[in-house]
Amino acid sequence: MERAGCLEMIYPELQDKLVVTIMGACAQELYNLGHRENFFYLQHAMGLASSIGLGLAMHLPGERVIVLDGDGSVLMNLGTFATLARYRPKNLIHVVFDNGSLLSTGGFHSQTTSGVTDLAAIARGAGIEHVASAASAVEFGEAFMAALERDELSVIVAKVAAVGPEHYGMDLQLPENAFRFRRWILDRKRSAGVAS
Amino acid sequence: MTVSYENSKIIFDGIKAAGIRSVSALPETWLGLLLQRAEDDPDMQLVQVAKEEEAVGIAAGAYFAGTPHILLMQNHGFLGAINGIVSLAELYSIPLCMLIALRGHWGEPYPWHTRGGIVTEGVIRALGIPFEYARDPQKVAKQIREAWTFSQSSLSPVALLLTRDLMED
Repeated sequence: MERAGCLEMIYPELQDKLVVTIMGACAQELYNLGHRENFFYLQHAMGLASSIGLGLAMHLPGERVIVLDGDGSVLMNLGTFATLARYRPKNLIHVVFDNGSLLSTGGFHSQTTSGVTDLAAIARGAGIEHVASAASAVEFGEAFMAALERDELSVIVAKVAAVGPEHYGMDLQLPENAFRFRRWILDRKRSAGVAS
Repeated sequence: MTVSYENSKIIFDGIKAAGIRSVSALPETWLGLLLQRAEDDPDMQLVQVAKEEEAVGIAAGAYFAGTPHILLMQNHGFLGAINGIVSLAELYSIPLCMLIALRGHWGEPYPWHTRGGIVTEGVIRALGIPFEYARDPQKVAKQIREAWTFSQSSLSPVALLLTRDLMED
């Protein structure tokens, strides 16, 4: 299973969701499917994508938030699972693409490569109730749709191949992404009649 | 030395008066009474993190959501959160309003706090973060309000350093 295929599968569902990705291949592959104003690409600060997602989910209970994380990033902030479990926002789905690799920095093996470290078990142990592991595209698609229907904090750990896009580059400056992402959210709040 | 009950209340009231309704924090002795108030106040949302760098992400999420939010942490937590401050907040022009308990400075009796206290101001300066010291309970509410205002206009992290003069009786 490849991450790009997973992203393509769920892309139609992301039209009206707040999406936060990690840096590198994951961000690029989503961007390549077609950038939307409701996508925020965290191109550095590894580990914090899920913390941004938690901040969004807790302060925007009427929105659905999707975090597209990776093993290398989430290993830098394992405490996030415990904080997510503590506040369990119903409107947050945390996807961790586990390619066992620090792909964007040269493909060095991560701690999950050997099969010893199990991110889904860590998430469960942190106290997250709904945790799914997916090893195939069908399993991933089913887990994602189940999470959308469930409307509870959900973590999906998807085992994917350590491959990425051929080219990197976005026609989008980093602060520009932040400004436009915020504007999309605040415009939506306004049109929903909620004071910002 | 005990943590100042009266000044903790003044700071909390100052945070509320600045229009802040959401706080992320990692508990620390000087901030304990303050966090207790935040926890007990139905109008205030408190997010307790496992490590201070998480709070930088949560603050970014709150900013995107349009919710006035501040971070409360010890200076050692600030030192541990630097990559998030640099590579999320500063890189993307996301404001952070940080109230930082300055342990390990003038009058510090505990050796383990001292090195962090000694380097804090230098690190803040190196990061280009505007900062002020809060020493006077009569001025702290205004300092909080101004720190908040400046973070929002400059789209930058700002730091208000809570000193021993303010936090201890």
